[in-house]
Amino acid sequence: MSHTTGEVTRPTTVAPPTRTRRTGRIPVALLLPAALGLLFLVLPLAGLLVHTPWSTLPQRLTEPGVLTALRLSVQTATLATLLCLALGVPLAWLLARVRFPGRRVVRALVTVPLVLPPVVGGVALLLVFGRRGLIGSWLDTTFGITLPFTTTGVVLAEAFVAMPFLIIAVEGALRGADTRYEEAAATLGAGRWTTFTHVTLPLVAPGIAAGAVLCWARALGEFGATITFAGNYPGRTQTMPLAVYLALETDLEAAIVLSLILLTVSVVILASLRDRWISAP
Amino acid sequence: MTAGRTMLGATPHLGAPLLDAHLVVERGAFRLDLPLTVDPGEVVALLGPNGAGKTTALRTLAGLLPLSAGHLTLAGRDLDHPGRRLWIPTERRPIGVVFQDYLLFPHLSALDNVAFGPRRHGLDRQRARLRAADWLARMGLTEHARRKPRQLSGGQAQRVALARALAVEPALLLLDEPLAALDAGTRLDTRAQLQQHLAAHAGATLLVTHDPLDALVLADRLVIIEHGQVVQEGTAATITAQPRTDYVARLVGLNLYRGHATGHSILLADEFRLTTGDPYDGEVFVAFPPSAVALHPRQPDGSPRNTWPATIAGIQRHGDNLRIQLTGPIEVAADVTPAAAAQLKLTPGQPVWAAVKAAETRAYPAGPVP
Repeated sequence: MSHTTGEVTRPTTVAPPTRTRRTGRIPVALLLPAALGLLFLVLPLAGLLVHTPWSTLPQRLTEPGVLTALRLSVQTATLATLLCLALGVPLAWLLARVRFPGRRVVRALVTVPLVLPPVVGGVALLLVFGRRGLIGSWLDTTFGITLPFTTTGVVLAEAFVAMPFLIIAVEGALRGADTRYEEAAATLGAGRWTTFTHVTLPLVAPGIAAGAVLCWARALGEFGATITFAGNYPGRTQTMPLAVYLALETDLEAAIVLSLILLTVSVVILASLRDRWISAP
Repeated sequence: MTAGRTMLGATPHLGAPLLDAHLVVERGAFRLDLPLTVDPGEVVALLGPNGAGKTTALRTLAGLLPLSAGHLTLAGRDLDHPGRRLWIPTERRPIGVVFQDYLLFPHLSALDNVAFGPRRHGLDRQRARLRAADWLARMGLTEHARRKPRQLSGGQAQRVALARALAVEPALLLLDEPLAALDAGTRLDTRAQLQQHLAAHAGATLLVTHDPLDALVLADRLVIIEHGQVVQEGTAATITAQPRTDYVARLVGLNLYRGHATGHSILLADEFRLTTGDPYDGEVFVAFPPSAVALHPRQPDGSPRNTWPATIAGIQRHGDNLRIQLTGPIEVAADVTPAAAAQLKLTPGQPVWAAVKAAETRAYPAGPVP
């Protein structure tokens, strides 16, 4: 006990000098660029708010085109996230738990869509899933299924770009989870699949949730791969970012309103994740 | 578990050990070579210093680590036999493990933690929960059944872990330092309860520990390993009376030396002789407790036959007494009362005379490990 109190009192005796140093003069060389950086990030958003046509906002929000684009965006982003969860969680488990040759290469490949320009991703998707693509032509002739320029195509394009976010988050959570719980499950008679569903998944659930939210947000904002692979057809492939881009050429106010909606959604997501994701070291 | 019961019931020969194993693991320079048998209802403690291979042995038994050679037979069934390329995975072994830090599933209640094993062994949810509730009741934890592990105290978590391991009615119960994570007060209570539950367990029990007290209180038999090899094996009484290595001697609190005996005189290293009460001829161990060593400021001229000059190397508190580490012709620990220490004004570096009565030493043959 006395040992603990000794440890508690020690920092407090050291604290005053640190505190004065911290509250003391902040170097201008740091403060100025920091303030500029903050302004640079916040000003455009503020500009969006300033230019928002608040008086006609309710009316514009209920315009059929806006609602259609919003509904399509939410639907495709949700479907893309589900697809990413179904494929990405097992892939993350494989990367985190199973040793196989070429694991490093696979891990690098998985993150490629993170750095690849989305337009390039769209072109690549076209080459594979397009009507004359490797798999697309087979799908077309065998099942009569065409993917490009359809809503399914939007989902695929969004999943392609957003999946790495999910995989990285889930793999990190899996690596951070104590594998000895899985050993304990095995000693109680649980096979690998039961252990995965009853022990591993619940343990990494927060990581999966964070990854899914991030994945969903990325899918919602996806533009380049979608417009390349799925085109820009209102009601079918025209998601919010595409609608913003289109509106920009004809009706600036409409573009602002659409942007405002996306901004609101993004802020709500960040707020709901709160410090779990953002303040993580 | 029904499976567990059949395992026990299927023991082929009456009186045959339930666990019959020769655990060999080779990993770099380290080699574990441990013959091990445990009878039904018997509690064997595997005792040894850190790095001796205790945990490695436990992991091979649990199927978390494969054997390099040797064999492992539990209840008449081969579980690991590298020579025959046979290996049964952990989840199909009739075992229960209490891990050092319990590893209770944090997302499940105490009840569901205990029900986890029975559920995996084929019971439906309802029956698994009934059995779990029964086990928690035996542990006196009925009121805590709905709590999550983080809401349990250390002692409660330990008992939930024990209930979880026993709820599958394992043929072999493995305990990895089961009391190490508890504070001293809780440890006393929990040790007493653990003793009762181990006595009630019909299967074999292997307790891995580095705490001699746990081993002495809980186990019927002790197997002591150092560097992956068995150095001594036997009941608590034989081991405490006749330690055979420095590690064991320290565990049981004795000064231990090896030498060559001719009658009552034993030649230790460096021409140093001890006189002992037990006459013997040949290689012997000689042991005496620190309390048998008396310290004098000058050479004593009374009855003790064994006196020698020594230097104080260190002084530690030991229970109500002080334990004095002495260097000199032999390294010795001596226990003196604080009053005596004050009277002699003992300080490190001070020269003193040590004396041991011949009648307080014990000599026993230093043959190969029996």
